[in-house]
Amino acid sequence: MNNFLKRRNLIRLIKRRRKKEEDVEINIKDKINIPQHLFTQCPNCGSNILTDRLKELGKVCPDCDYHFSMGARERLDLILDPEYEEIQRRARYRNPLSFPGYKEKMRDLLNKTDAEEAVVVARGTIDTLPLVAMAMDAAFMMGSMGTYVGEQITRGFEMAGDKKWPVIIFSASGGARMQEGILSLMQMAKTAGAVREHGEKGLLFISCVTHPTTGGVTASFASLGDIILAEPNALVGFAGQRVIEQTIGEKLPEGFQRSEFMQKHGFIDAVIHRQELKTTLARLIALHSREKKK
Amino acid sequence: MIENYEKKYRALVKQEEKIKNFTDENVRFHLLQDLHIAKVKTRKKASKNLSASDRVYLARHPKRPKTKTFVETLLDEPIYFHGDRAFGDDKSIAGGIAEFNGDPVTFLATVKGETLEENLKYNFGMPSPEGYRKAIRLMRQADKFNRPIITFVDTPGAYPGSEAEKRGQGEAIASCIECMTGLKVPVITVITGEGGSGGALALAVANQVMMLENAVYSILTPEGFASILWKDSNRSEEAAEMMKLTAEDLKTFGVCDRIIKEEVCFEKSEFDNNLKRVKLAIEEELKRLKRFSEDRLKHLRMQKFRRIGRGF
Repeated sequence: MNNFLKRRNLIRLIKRRRKKEEDVEINIKDKINIPQHLFTQCPNCGSNILTDRLKELGKVCPDCDYHFSMGARERLDLILDPEYEEIQRRARYRNPLSFPGYKEKMRDLLNKTDAEEAVVVARGTIDTLPLVAMAMDAAFMMGSMGTYVGEQITRGFEMAGDKKWPVIIFSASGGARMQEGILSLMQMAKTAGAVREHGEKGLLFISCVTHPTTGGVTASFASLGDIILAEPNALVGFAGQRVIEQTIGEKLPEGFQRSEFMQKHGFIDAVIHRQELKTTLARLIALHSREKKK
Repeated sequence: MIENYEKKYRALVKQEEKIKNFTDENVRFHLLQDLHIAKVKTRKKASKNLSASDRVYLARHPKRPKTKTFVETLLDEPIYFHGDRAFGDDKSIAGGIAEFNGDPVTFLATVKGETLEENLKYNFGMPSPEGYRKAIRLMRQADKFNRPIITFVDTPGAYPGSEAEKRGQGEAIASCIECMTGLKVPVITVITGEGGSGGALALAVANQVMMLENAVYSILTPEGFASILWKDSNRSEEAAEMMKLTAEDLKTFGVCDRIIKEEVCFEKSEFDNNLKRVKLAIEEELKRLKRFSEDRLKHLRMQKFRRIGRGF
């Protein structure tokens, strides 16, 4: 474990250095001397927001309410009380299908992103109430679910089941991971089974779907929450939009498969703005943590 | 490769038809006998060194018996039940009660048609959410009355249409999988042709997942796989080899529990021996599973899927 932590710290250190080097490059290239990295442009309305300010706002555009995508650790920082503990198993990059270039791609991503794999599992508290929280990271191979992700999520549920804690999952995923083939498909059965076993103990599972949640993740644990919440305008669905358009031979309307659309069709309990997410989750968990009458 | 053998076979069939018009009975009889032997030999030769894409070809062969044939020959007097009691009835999933060797069983099957007309009716074997909800209803019913469940799977995947999305395809599949993980009765799945994606898995969370030797089971169709990874669906043969979708490969992963030997067939009528083998396999497994207690069955099924991918 110690070794693992050392290794991770080292990786983060290296990443930070690299980032600094990149920033310098950008500065030299720019003709006008505005430090570009201080600002982030909203892809929806185009306004420039101070990056630090954006972080304070939970990565939501103050002008148009656009929800920027969030990394797994950013998400946990936002929702959990400080000093949560990651129950991360070291990701071993195996390649069961001997898929060409798969390992290299993952190693590459390890250097580029903040995550070691597409999910981070943590035990922590929300307003002092203990729980297991899991966040998926769409930046790591589209947040796809392979054997590591399936196993981690299952273990998260098992741990919560042992401790009689609720579970919250923030899903952001393109679905099952193609590079691990049928083994990824089987993770759908594994995680769905874990949800059921956790639920049979009378425990709460809140599934919070964020942009994008599709394919095998929608068709397993993400749709099985006792309560399903969604962030505004998140893409939530089973089949990909391109595939649907090919099947029906016409363009899909604006807003198709978005959270508001899915709520209208009865698959989402509530669409919650990111800045209200923590208070809503805290309240829901508090409402479920009262002693049951015997 | 397999296409060449089929061409040879079709030529023999053509010859056979010509010979059937011969008037001389003696000559006709001998020639037909020779041709029959030649046909068997071609099929035997074809069954050697099958590549993954050959098996995909066979699994999708239009003359391969569809799940309806399996239901109707292996089970006695099936009664079909319809509808999900909420929205409608999906024809691409058939289900009901039948007898297997005198004992009541619940059966479920994804249905492909044999002709284009039938395929349009069954939506090419691609189920909609109501189909999965009907399956959940029938499985709960089986659980209540302690009936074993036998599912036959042959589908390219769940239907990717806008209507299906509006009615919650993802939720329907998820619930179907979850329901299967909690069943207390023996569940046996036979993948008879194509097992595609979550649409197949939704009916395949079984104690015993059996595959015919030339059936395939994969995360996605090889075409879809190729188009996602290489943006080129024409490289499907290459994808098929890479995906490890044959029964043999899947057995090493623990995804498939038993392979049912199969003779290569290009004609539905030749499939009888294979059907007999399927029946025997179901018989054996059902007998074995019936010895376990309810909770044990549930536990064993969970453990089986829990283990997959653990070492990775």
